Amino acid sequence: MTAPKRRRPGPRVGPLAARLNDIPRLDVDALLADRGVRIIVCCGSGGVGKTTASAALALRAAEQGRRAVVLTIDPARRLAQSMGLTELDNVPRAVRDVDESSGGRLDAMMLDMKRTFDEVVEAHASPEKAAQILANPFYQALSSSFAGTQEYMAMEKLGQLHRDAKAGDRWDLIVVDTPPSRSALDFLDAPERLSSLLDGRLIRLLLAPAKGPTRMLSVGVRVVTNAINKVLGTQVLRDVQTFVAAFDTLFGGFRQRAEATYALLKAKETAFVVVATPESDSLREAAYFVERLSRDGMPLAGLLLNRVTINPIPGLTFEQATTAAERIAEDHPVTAGMLRLHADRARSVARERRLRRRFAAAHPRVSTAYVPTLPRDVHDLAGLREVGALVVGA
Amino acid sequence: MRLHIVTGKGGTGKTTVAAALALALAAGGRKILLCEAEGRQGIAQLFDVAPLPYEERRIAVAPDGGDLYALAIDPEEALLEYLDMYYKMRRAGRALDRFGVIDFATTIAPGLRDVLLTGKVYEATRRRRPAKRFVYDAVVLDAPPTGRIARFLNVNKEVAGLAKVGPIRNQGDAIMSLMRSERTRIHLVTVLEEMPVQETGDAIAELREAGLPVGGVVINVVRRPSLDERARTAIADDEVPDDAVRAGLVAAGLDDKPQVINGLLAEARDHAERLALEAEQRRVVDRLGQPIFELPQLADGIDLGGLYELAADLRDQGMA
Repeated sequence: MTAPKRRRPGPRVGPLAARLNDIPRLDVDALLADRGVRIIVCCGSGGVGKTTASAALALRAAEQGRRAVVLTIDPARRLAQSMGLTELDNVPRAVRDVDESSGGRLDAMMLDMKRTFDEVVEAHASPEKAAQILANPFYQALSSSFAGTQEYMAMEKLGQLHRDAKAGDRWDLIVVDTPPSRSALDFLDAPERLSSLLDGRLIRLLLAPAKGPTRMLSVGVRVVTNAINKVLGTQVLRDVQTFVAAFDTLFGGFRQRAEATYALLKAKETAFVVVATPESDSLREAAYFVERLSRDGMPLAGLLLNRVTINPIPGLTFEQATTAAERIAEDHPVTAGMLRLHADRARSVARERRLRRRFAAAHPRVSTAYVPTLPRDVHDLAGLREVGALVVGA
Repeated sequence: MRLHIVTGKGGTGKTTVAAALALALAAGGRKILLCEAEGRQGIAQLFDVAPLPYEERRIAVAPDGGDLYALAIDPEEALLEYLDMYYKMRRAGRALDRFGVIDFATTIAPGLRDVLLTGKVYEATRRRRPAKRFVYDAVVLDAPPTGRIARFLNVNKEVAGLAKVGPIRNQGDAIMSLMRSERTRIHLVTVLEEMPVQETGDAIAELREAGLPVGGVVINVVRRPSLDERARTAIADDEVPDDAVRAGLVAAGLDDKPQVINGLLAEARDHAERLALEAEQRRVVDRLGQPIFELPQLADGIDLGGLYELAADLRDQGMA
């Protein structure tokens, strides 16, 4: 039994903490300028603008003197083209038209998950064994479509880039976009999940017949193999065994790398930026994320709230604008239309403020930066630069 | 139509549309099952009920007395149920689970995971009462997002690569024939932005190539134009003089400070620009050659009342 801890003055909770003005501001420029920060991970639920945010942060860092590389997962085509990401060769390429006058530079790459996996296999197995693995149907299924492979490979690529960055002096900052997962947390769990999977009793079970056919099998083992044979057919079990046996020599290496990546995510040089939009789903995912990062001791820089509605006329309320629009609808239809637009906007602002207050009440110490809604899509460097300027409030 | 599969890029409101469609289908006394396959508990959150177990539960009543049931499909539970139902192997199933076989199998062979998820949908769609009537009048599946949908539904291909013969292969074939049949439709949810529209087009091409029946494209969060096209053009061309706005403000008895006038003009310019981009994306959607349905942006966000509104909109447009 441990002695009961003395209560320390914790963060304020309840209505007092939920004033919007009390939310600490995430100073993005300070984050980008901090040479101690060498990895920035952008995470959040699907469709919140993670890719754009990572590219914008990397570009701003580069133009302020960092030698940055951004790993994107699935960028919009036009954005990919504007960054020169047309070659799918799974290595970073220099982005052109970046302002390098402060001594920085920007490289970018798009993750090719199957290729990354293949490269890991090739790097760790003899050529014959690698060929055998690459041809196995289970390996092909695992490497091209396992729901966690993209997450795992993103982390693997991050590990590679980090080793390259350490070895040479090409980069001093890696910005990583994370895959549009089922849940935003998947990529945190992917390395762990894969390594525990490869460590499991089943692997040993499947390897046993291959290693010693005369070995006595326990009743439990027989129940399991019989069940597999009955449901999947004997061919499947043989394929799995071949795969597992071929992979056997790689398991140790995989586990080590998974653990190294996980440790890297917890390191001081890493900063997580949770990206969200002011909507309830997205903020709920963001809240899960913030809680998970703190539980795992992972360094959270803050929340980047994207697509925030801005009210340019704070004094004009929804009610005033709506009433006024009705009054002048006949004689001044254009001004009336503009007032209705403003009313909609004022209402959205009120709704978003409510959601932000709720988030802040539960997570009062999460620093936040804001990017207002843009009327157009971002698909070139100028657009990324604009997002970068908006995020620091310039 | 017995099986409606709803997909869309993340953030387009695919779960909301699936739920609204299910409610719309349930209207008038029908019994509908709404399934989710991704373990996100999106349905429970949307309907504001406790997290759904692996069990069909009634979560809402439709207008005119229909019943909406919901189910969160879990692949491991589905496998145990499957082993029990077809092989009477409940005990072996538990042993498999204890050895980590189920986790391993669903991880190493994603096709298997998808067979289990779609297999449960297949079972619910075809389940009949003793009197031969179907238990559910229709099933709606909140499916994985567009990037993974073709692979998810094309389970046959995945399974064929792994098991050439055997019960799993037969199960895959049976599911596939339902997926490809005239009784199934795959609907795509999008918003009028570049990336989601592009992904919608890509997914339709993939689905067609796999011989899977594409249904409607649901354009979600459609903005109500507050200014007509002529006014928008004038604003975009900077042809609305400050004085015209000021006159309106004075007539309405509002403050006519320059800050107010400039603010209104800036909002109107954003609106005009956004609608012009949406019109461009709308033309791309038109060219996809599928029926189009539209759902409005709800000013107060999505709540249960909003879902009923959206359901009514889908009914009015003939989607249900």
